[in-house]
Order: sequence, then structure tokens, then C-alpha cells
Amino acid sequence: MSDSSKQATSQSYSVAITGSGGSGAVTTGRILLEAAAQCGFQGLMTRSAGPQIRGGESAAMVRFSQDPVECMGDEYDLLVGLDWRNIERFADELPLSDKSLILSDPAAGEVPALLRSNGADILEVPFKKFASGLPGGRLNMVALGATALVCGLDLKALETSVKAILGNKGEEVVESALLAARLGYNHDHRPRITLEAPGKPADHWSITGNQACGVGALRGGTRFVAAYPITPASEILEWLAPRLEKLGGSLLQAEDELASINMIIGASFGGVPSLTATSGPGLSLMVEGLGLALVSETPVTVVNVMRGGPSTGIPTKSEQSDLNIAIYGLHGDAPHLVLAPLSIRDCVFTTQWAVQLAEHLQTVALVLSDQSLGQSQAIVEAPPQRELSLARKVEATPDAEYQRYAITPDNVSAMSLPGTAGGMYTADGLEHNPRGTPSSMAVDHRTQLNKRLHKLEDFDFGEDWADVEGDGRRCIITWGSSTGAVKEVAGWLWAQGSSIKIISLRLLAPLQHDRLKELLKDMEKVLVVEQNHAGQLFHYLHAEGVLPVSAESLAQPGPLPLRPGRILRALGGGG
Amino acid sequence: MTVPALKAKDYKSGIKAVWCPGCGHFAVLSALTKAMAHLGLVKEEVAVVSGIGCSSRLPAYIDTYGFHGIHGRALAAASGLKAARPDLTVIVAGGDGDGFSIGGNHFLHACRRNMNMAYIVMDNEVYGMTKGQASPTTLPDWSNSKMTPHGTGIPSFNPAAIALAAGAGFIARGFSGEPSELTRILVEAIEHSGFAFVQVLSGCVTYRPDQKLWKEEVHPSESDLPTDDPVKAAQIIQAGDGKATGVIYAKQFPVWQPENRMDSNLNTIEKEFLL
Ligand SMILES: Cc1ncc(C[n+]2csc(CCOP(=O)(O)OP(=O)(O)O)c2C)c(N)n1
Ligand code: SF4
Repeated sequence: MSDSSKQATSQSYSVAITGSGGSGAVTTGRILLEAAAQCGFQGLMTRSAGPQIRGGESAAMVRFSQDPVECMGDEYDLLVGLDWRNIERFADELPLSDKSLILSDPAAGEVPALLRSNGADILEVPFKKFASGLPGGRLNMVALGATALVCGLDLKALETSVKAILGNKGEEVVESALLAARLGYNHDHRPRITLEAPGKPADHWSITGNQACGVGALRGGTRFVAAYPITPASEILEWLAPRLEKLGGSLLQAEDELASINMIIGASFGGVPSLTATSGPGLSLMVEGLGLALVSETPVTVVNVMRGGPSTGIPTKSEQSDLNIAIYGLHGDAPHLVLAPLSIRDCVFTTQWAVQLAEHLQTVALVLSDQSLGQSQAIVEAPPQRELSLARKVEATPDAEYQRYAITPDNVSAMSLPGTAGGMYTADGLEHNPRGTPSSMAVDHRTQLNKRLHKLEDFDFGEDWADVEGDGRRCIITWGSSTGAVKEVAGWLWAQGSSIKIISLRLLAPLQHDRLKELLKDMEKVLVVEQNHAGQLFHYLHAEGVLPVSAESLAQPGPLPLRPGRILRALGGGG
Repeated sequence: MTVPALKAKDYKSGIKAVWCPGCGHFAVLSALTKAMAHLGLVKEEVAVVSGIGCSSRLPAYIDTYGFHGIHGRALAAASGLKAARPDLTVIVAGGDGDGFSIGGNHFLHACRRNMNMAYIVMDNEVYGMTKGQASPTTLPDWSNSKMTPHGTGIPSFNPAAIALAAGAGFIARGFSGEPSELTRILVEAIEHSGFAFVQVLSGCVTYRPDQKLWKEEVHPSESDLPTDDPVKAAQIIQAGDGKATGVIYAKQFPVWQPENRMDSNLNTIEKEFLL
């Protein structure tokens, strides 16, 4: 078996670690990512699990690079098999090529044919044998050591990471893990990777998308959260609960999503910026409440971490299929904000922006994150602080003329908060006149419809509505988590000297028609890329009249990630 | 300088009620404003929260902060408001359909959560606003609704029993036809520390004209009230005819309010992500 011919030449390195229940694939991946981070790399770890609630087979996918890593690559450079039980469940998620290497334990039996079929090399390391020679030795730690060496990671960095990740399991566990990892590391093989480690930078963060949404919520000023647990959004809530408390805020676990949305509306009516997080089934239950917030002009933000739908769907896997409900789900004419973070790191800014926009415009903001962002761990440059001059307009000294829903130049009217003398009013889901008194008169309905529409349509959202990069007569439009793979393709093309423009939409509603039309005006080819079955963004953009008739759609449903190579093919080859 | 005491009428907003002449809800509105005047509540420090129904129209008629939300969700909105603004006096109002049918789950959890608020349900054993359908408190043989022409055939729901089982610490029954007793009950409910549930028999003249008989049927409870013994309370509630008024049960349980302190800042919190 030639150990010498295949070197990773790309600018990133991708490793998949698989194993059956209890084999520790995810822990192994976490430590590997941390070790790469300690060497100064940026990186990403996604995970895939079987349907079991706890245990069961799982796979950890780690990719690292000197540059930001915002998606998984087309194939893995290294596949580590802690064992091969149930590997067929993952095989289609783990593409290999003849440049790949498979690290396997002879004791686990022969590498399954479906993995070997692409001509990957095999390197054998006796994980189990090494581990059994150590007190409390675990084979995944031997594999970790061997993997770290193949990846060219420094032993010191690996040791630091073992201590950091396993530290809370006690000294014995750490000691035995270190011994096992060193055995694997020092086994007779050599690095396969040419990436030069940048050295530990001071300002990298290790964070998941769900945590990043939590940070963004707090940066935006959120101080009250009510929510009902749901996969894959719960980590936002679990991260926020103890931290809100320390900032003088609170989180209330509601009895259901009908309660959570109405609770945050109540809290926001009281003047406290409020947010909830959920996933598709929960969002469906909240929709009536969103209309109430919108009509009563009570600011709220809902972070919807999308999973495979409809119905219970595929709760643990990612899909961008809630765009339709987010945009069109409310009854009545109900303009509101829909935003989507473009990466794990961007979950911080987009959530902050959403909360502050909702506050400033006194409306509903929906943030469409998804499982692939929410539950993946990333090593990224620290997200910069962004001071946004967006805040709720409050009437502190209302006089006798005060009108809660007064028509103003920007169509936002000052809100009087409970406790303020002279500003008493009843917030209502019923249509109302400017004073807030319920009204079924045509003139009041039209006036308030216009107010709610124009406060959004006429607002200048500035440059953050989309990330626009590149130029030329070809263009990809994408949104949310698909942005990572699209940017990777664009990077390839730019490196080859060919041109492409990419537009990654952070603000989906209100759609920035004029800006989009301007960008698309001379395009010869437009491809709309998203991870759902129906082409929801594609149809939305068409309905809004911004796409040329020749525009094409690449819509691929979950749960398989959208890979850069697939996008390149849809674009028509290498360009 | 003393601020002149407010009278009951000072708590009325002046907006004309949409209710049918003779509707029981007028008396509830009037008893509530009397209770507020009696307690000397500062208007801007009160929020009255409701759902949807004829009864749920009440907040607009009171000159405090008000929140008229969506059907069944009044207790949820009120709980969020109270969690975020513990300084406010929160009063929740609604109907039997709003509170026990579409909002039933929130009723259970509000009872056990025991936040400091008063919940007034104007029970007319019918959906007034949607023109006369059966509610969870309608007797099974009431057949005057086109939607259930043979009656619901389903036993009615005893709100006081449910409240007790769900852990409420204050349970009372009042009657719109006995406004001064109702005012006293509402005063106690607002003063009670924790979740206070008041079922008010408040007749619907339009869809339940038969409730005119309540004048004769409703009576003060003969039991020694209130009790703080849940077993005794259960006996009183279950043995009664559902028409006995008074504060049935009053017991102090720990009041729930989310913890919050200010002992960190965001910069410190964000440091946890640094490698
Ligand atoms: C989600 C939803 N479903 C149904 C309705 C229609 N609806 C309005 S009020 C009401 C029942 C009100 O009955 P109740 O709460 O007993 O109050 P009442 O009118 O008798 O005072 C119904 C079913 C609604 N507004 N919203
Ligand atoms: S329909 Fe019944 S409950 Fe509604 S206002 Fe008329 S009398 Fe009152």
C-alpha cells in the first residue's frame, strides 16, 4: 500500500470520524477540531447521528483551513473508522476519492467495499490493541492521536485539547486519554498534509451557530425569552437561560409554543426586548401570535432553527424549507422582517440586527437559521462588535394628545410603556385607529395597513441586506446556510481567473427589489441555490419580479449537505 | 400634598362597550373598577390583559394599560408581562371559552406556576361572541346551539376543581348579579399574593336567556369559607351545585417569578468562546 503518493493539496483538510454507539466519534472530532484551532486553523465540525435519542452510531466531520471554513467539502481527505458497524447509514454522507485515505483498525475487520470503491488508500493502525494495553485505554483516543499526526497537528496542541475537552471527566480519564493519544500519534506513519499551521491566534472563537444566535440576541439587547424545547433549537435556550439571568433578564420555559410567543409579546409590551427560538413545528404554532405582534406593533424576534420538514420530518437534520411559511405564513396582509444568517459566525450579527430592527420598526423579525449552522461547531475569528443605532422609540412623557398608533413620517410611532403616567392605551390585535381604539372602518384599516407596510418598505436597511461579492455576467443568488458552499465555488472560480458574482441574501423580507434589480440587470446567467425541494427562494424571487426569465434553480432538499461540486456542475462546469 | 383618591368611574376609559344591554359583563366591569378604587391602584401601574370574546373586550373599557390579545392566550401574555415587569399589577380577564377551551392548557400551567396575578373568568356557559355555541362549562343537554343540536353530550367542566387540582392558591366564585360581593372578592383576589382565580357567573342575555334564573339559583356558600385545606376545598367544590359564591380556598404558596440578578456583563460572558 503506498503511503507516499497522496498528499492533500487543497487549502483545507477534511476528516470524517465514524463509529457505532459509545465509540466516541463525536468526542474525537471535538478534540481534533480544538487541536486544529490550537494550531491557529479555522474550522468547522458537523455531526451526523442515527435516530437514537442517546448513543447509536454517529459521525463527526471536521474540516480546517487557514481561511474561514463555512461548509463541508466535496469529499473527505481522511476517513477514520473507529469500527465499521452500521457504516452504510453514513456512507452517502461521506464521499471519498482516490486521493482519500482511510484510517482503520485491522481488529475492526476489512474496510467495507463501498468505502474502498473510489480507490482510497488504507492505513492500518491497531487502535484496539494499543488501547487494551493501557489502563482505562479507549481506542478512540488512539485513533485521535493517529489522526492528529496524519493531519500534521502538533502533539502539544493535541494534548492541550484533550485536557480542555475531557477536563471535566476527571484526571484519570485525561491521563489515560493522553497516553492513548500519544501511542496513536507516535505510531509508525507520517503526516499527509501540506497546510502550514498559522500558530495560535489570540482572537479565535470556538462556537456553535446556536450559541452564536444567543450571543447576537444578547448583543441586540434581548432580556426576556420564553420558549418550549425543540430540536435543533434547544441549545439556544440552554445557553441563554443562565446568561440572561446574569444580565438582569430571564428565560421562562413555556407550556407550549402558543404560550411562548404570547409570553414574549406580553414582555415586549412591558418594554423588554424579547425573543423566542423554535423549529418548524413550533413556528407553525406561533403564527397566529406573530400576527398579533405585528398588528399591535409589539416588537418580537423568533429564531427558527430549520430542520427537515414538513411535520415532524427529519428533526435532527438540516433543510432550508421554512422560507415559505416565514414569508407567507401569516393570514391577512402582514408585512414583517425575515432574515437569515449566512454562516455560523454571522449568526451573531444577523440575530443582533434582527432584534434591533424588530425593536426599531416595532414589528416581527424571523431569523431563519438551520440545523447545519445551529449544531455545528466552528473555529472563527471573533465576530466584531457592531454598534447599531436602532432602538425602540419610546414616549416617556405622553400628553393628552398622545396616540399610540399615530401616523409619523417614518410610520413608526412612539410606544408608551406601562408605568408611564398619561400614556395608557390598550394594545390590540383588532384593527384600530391611531389612538388604538378598535375600528372596523375602511379608512382606519387602510391607514394602518399602509403604516405597517411603509415603515418596512421605506426603511433604509443599508449595506447589510446581502453580502455581494465578485462581478461579471454570471451570478449565484443564495441565502442562509447555503452561502458557505456557494462562496467556496466562487473562490475556485476567482482563483482560476473566471468571474462570477454572488449575492447572499441576509434580508429576505422586505425584499430589496431595487438593489437586486440593479445587480441583476446585465446578467447572462443567474442561478438560485438553496437547500429545499421546491425552490422556495427561486419562486419567491420570481413572484417578486426580480429574476430574469432565464434564471435557473438549484434546489436540493436535506438532509444531505449542499456540496460545492454540485453547485459548480449546476453552473455549467468549471467556467 | 395628598393625591385625591380615585373613584371607580375614574378607572373607566369612556369607550362605549360593545356588549348587549343587560349583559352580565357590565357588572363585572363595574365591580372591577370599584375594587381598583378600593385598593387605590395607580392607574398606570396596572395592566389588564385579555384574549378574545365578548368578555375579553374588557381592557379597552378600563383606563389603565391594556392588552387585548388573541383567543385563549391571555394568561400567556400576562405571564410574560409579569415575568418581565414584576412591578406591575396584572389582572387577566376573559370568558369560559377563552380560558377553559382554547386556552385550557395555559389555565393549568398558570395555576401551577403561581405568578402574582388575578384571573377573572366571566363564565356564561356559552360562546357569546360567535353567537351561541356550547363551551366547556355548558351542561351536556343544552341543545339550543345549531352546532350541537342534541346538546354536547359531554359532561361540563368544573373550573374550580381544575384550578384546585392544578395548584392554584386562591379560588373564588362570584356572580354578576351580586355586585358588592363580587367587588369584595375581586379586592381579595388582587390582594392575594400569587395566582388568584375568580369564576364569575356572568349571564349572557342574548344566547342564554335561561340564565335569568341565576338570580334565584345563585346563593352564598353555606360552608365555612375560605378554607386553606385543599381536601376540604375539594369537598366543598365537588359537593356544591356550582352556584355557591364566595372565596372558597385561599392558601399561600411560594410565588414564582424568574430569577434575575445583574452580576456580569456581556463582555465577560463572551470570553467563554475564546480559545
Ligand atoms: C383562534 C380562534 N378561533 C376562534 C375564534 C372565534 N371566537 C371568538 S370569541 C370565541 C368564543 C368566546 O367565548 P367566551 O370566551 O366564552 O367569551 P364570551 O364571548 O362568551 O364572553 C370564539 C370561538 C377566534 N377569535 N380565534
Ligand atoms: S352575546 Fe352574550 S356575552 Fe356577548 S355581549 Fe351579548 S349578552 Fe354579553
